[in-house]
Amino acid sequence: MEKHVVVILPHPDDEAFGAAGTIARFREEGVPVTYLCGTLGEMGRNMGNPTFATRETLPKIRKEELIAACKVLDIELNMLGYRDKTLEFEAREEVAKDLLARLEKIEPSLVITHYPDHAVHPDHNAFGAAAIEAVRLMDAEKRPKVWAQAITNTRVEDIGEADISIDITPFFEKKLATIMAHTSQASGVLGSINQVAADMEEIVKKNLSVEQFYTWNFNK
Amino acid sequence: MNVIDQEKVQYELEKFLNKDVYIHIETTNGAYASHHNEKAFNVGVFMRNAKVRYNQAKIVGNPTSYRVGLKTENGWIYAEGVREYEIDEEGHLLIAGHDQEGRLLVTLEISENPFVN
Repeated sequence: MEKHVVVILPHPDDEAFGAAGTIARFREEGVPVTYLCGTLGEMGRNMGNPTFATRETLPKIRKEELIAACKVLDIELNMLGYRDKTLEFEAREEVAKDLLARLEKIEPSLVITHYPDHAVHPDHNAFGAAAIEAVRLMDAEKRPKVWAQAITNTRVEDIGEADISIDITPFFEKKLATIMAHTSQASGVLGSINQVAADMEEIVKKNLSVEQFYTWNFNK
Repeated sequence: MNVIDQEKVQYELEKFLNKDVYIHIETTNGAYASHHNEKAFNVGVFMRNAKVRYNQAKIVGNPTSYRVGLKTENGWIYAEGVREYEIDEEGHLLIAGHDQEGRLLVTLEISENPFVN
């Protein structure tokens, strides 16, 4: 059993779409989970449908949605205060040092983050790379495992099949509730994932019922 | 946000004439554009808290797509495809265009104080 799981992802809702089922499973086992959320998704373009947010109100709205989503998942939330769409321009080693200090305090046994260069959004790639760098900087014996999530369309041909595949069907309701907590993003993101299916529940079941990760190899 | 009333927005734009103002200007088709459609190409630009003075401002076009141009001391600021506007609680003038699903495509915002968040 894991001792403590830390999720390191840059945007409010990344945890919902990518890892909510896995997180719910850990929580059911009684494993503490901490979410280090990089930004407040200030630059998101989904403004609700119909539109209810503006560029200026979005950070506050997404912060509240994030807090609500973490309540659904029953996890600890740390907001790191970076700015959306700028993570790849930050000094990688500074972000890694920030994450390292937090990891040394929490002493997790597992870190979940994005797979650098295979996570589509530049913030995902940059934050995943910083998270992995932070773990690499830890003493080898204290180092948590890292599960990296790849979401590019070419991931299988580029890096092979994921070695961890979790059927999250038993936690489907919790995942859907987590996604729906991100009200301003939910319909926009789900609509992009599947433009044919009209029903949110159907989209989530069809496209998001398996969560896959690659165990990061620090010796390669 | 409200559907643009050309006269009202013109009036609001002119309130900032010949003052130091802060501009947020942005356009985007999202970080996932080419992920969801390989023929698409990700584009986007944003500038936040650019400090400028403009001495001429005009909103032209029609309800399907307005254009806003600001003539500054040394050049121009321009946004196309805006359809909504709002004066928010902080007194910012927010002008934006969204697609049919409510996603932001373009925005131009003007404030006498720097945007804070």
